[in-house]
Amino acid sequence: MAGFDIDRVALLARLRLTEEERARFGGQLETIVAYVDRIAGLELGGLDATLHGHDAGAPLRADAPVPGLPLEAVLANAPARIEDEIRMPRVVE
Amino acid sequence: MEEIKQMTLAGALEGLRAKRFSSVELTRALLDVMVASQKDIHAFVTIDAEGALAQAAEADRRRAAGEEAPLLGAPVAMKDNMGVAGQPCTASSRILEGYVSPYDATVAAKLRAAGAVFLGRTNMDEFALGSTTQTSGFGPTENPVARGCIPGGSSGGSAAAVGGGLALAALGTDTGGSIRQPASHCGIVGVKPTYGLVSRYGIVACASSLDQVGPMTKTVEDAALLMDVISGHDPMDATSLDRPPTRLARQWEAPLAAQPLAGMTLGLPKEYFGDGLDPEVRALTEAAAKRAEALGATLREVSLPHAGYGIPTYYICMTAELSANLARFDGVRYGARVPAEDVLGQYLETRARGLGAEAKRRILLGTFVLSSGYYDAYYNRAQKVRTLIRRDFEAAYGACDLLLAPVTPEPAWPLGVYQDDPIRNYLSDVLTVGANLAGCCALSIPAGATAAGKPVGVQLLGPSLGEDALFRAARALELR
Repeated sequence: MAGFDIDRVALLARLRLTEEERARFGGQLETIVAYVDRIAGLELGGLDATLHGHDAGAPLRADAPVPGLPLEAVLANAPARIEDEIRMPRVVE
Repeated sequence: MEEIKQMTLAGALEGLRAKRFSSVELTRALLDVMVASQKDIHAFVTIDAEGALAQAAEADRRRAAGEEAPLLGAPVAMKDNMGVAGQPCTASSRILEGYVSPYDATVAAKLRAAGAVFLGRTNMDEFALGSTTQTSGFGPTENPVARGCIPGGSSGGSAAAVGGGLALAALGTDTGGSIRQPASHCGIVGVKPTYGLVSRYGIVACASSLDQVGPMTKTVEDAALLMDVISGHDPMDATSLDRPPTRLARQWEAPLAAQPLAGMTLGLPKEYFGDGLDPEVRALTEAAAKRAEALGATLREVSLPHAGYGIPTYYICMTAELSANLARFDGVRYGARVPAEDVLGQYLETRARGLGAEAKRRILLGTFVLSSGYYDAYYNRAQKVRTLIRRDFEAAYGACDLLLAPVTPEPAWPLGVYQDDPIRNYLSDVLTVGANLAGCCALSIPAGATAAGKPVGVQLLGPSLGEDALFRAARALELR
């Protein structure tokens, strides 16, 4: 098992950690990763992956228009809005 | 009002049909005990008294007009990760504080169409991440039977509500045991249906290849009544099986036979009876097996050789899916937002403030196992081990009809213990994750109590779509 680089993983996960969390989670995750590493020794050649709880696939619905959710009910949950749009920090300079 | 805390769903429906009480009277009686219990038990994160009484009045009006529906006027409680239009839905996370569902989850729509009344929303581990309900962002729930102890989790609020007589019935979700384990700890019935049998549309996703919605009730019959309403194909859930709703409750139209399990072989997976099993849990599980034998079943030892890899496999697959599913909680479209100068800062601060410790821990693990350089060693390998685990179950079901096993390695433990010991908590799922990884059906029914009075359940597991046999055996074996 390679070392658990908590700073790299936290940035990938979009989580800002406090110093206390960084120390605590870092240690705990080292232990957890060492534990789940038990599967490393298994011979798995030729096995297919199981991605779902059944083999029935995931068929798509017909590509037909249906009514969407009421705009006001959806926007009522937005943390910040301008009229009928959700407000965000600037992403393009 | 008849003894409200002992009333079953079937009993309530019978009383409503016979007009011994109205839905408003029944709903009000339950709201009274719910509100009174909040300080001690804290089974609910939201109690919707006004909405529930309005729905109950509407149910009474429909009944007076001669209408009938399977659950007309029957109050139910919903786990806080299921959308009910117009009600808050937080999955017990601070990051969703203030969110109001703009639509019904399919299970809620089906219950609503069947005439059910939505009492309120039950507490849970945050985003269903835990086995104790202590990771809730709104404070823990206490076990109403084994006082001072955890109710189990993640559907601990639903289990406590039903076990404490605060609700006739509730729904929960089970990703790795989150219905069966709290059901066992609170002395009730909890069902994890076959993967794909119940729609997850409108449920806050935890780990999508494992999550299932199921009933949590006082009796097996009540669980059957709810299954018949909530199951069946849903075009809004791509993983929904193309199956009609179950018809499990019709079993109760005939009395139980003298030897109801005659011709049925129950497998006892030897790996589930290992050294780590609490002696009282072992004794109660073996007593349930003996009862099954007396009721006509043949017992047979079977093996699930890869059971020991269940927890590592589960915690890789589950956290990988979780980290992707929880990426949506970024303060953009809904929930809490911590403003920052730029978008990345907003994501980082919002998630830092809104998510609890267990959510962060599992997101970090899931992100790690999916990250470049580690994906093959962890995520890819785990999915192949999942194939081995699934094959184990298929082979076992070739030698028996159902499996009988303990639900949890030990009875409910005191609140506050093991809270910062993740591996210790994860191991409490060791006997339940197999059914989720394999996609098969399973349930927990009461098996008795320890000398200290802590409830203990026994688990029955069946093959995919094996609910008919599962409920037949559970009906015969349940202790009333």
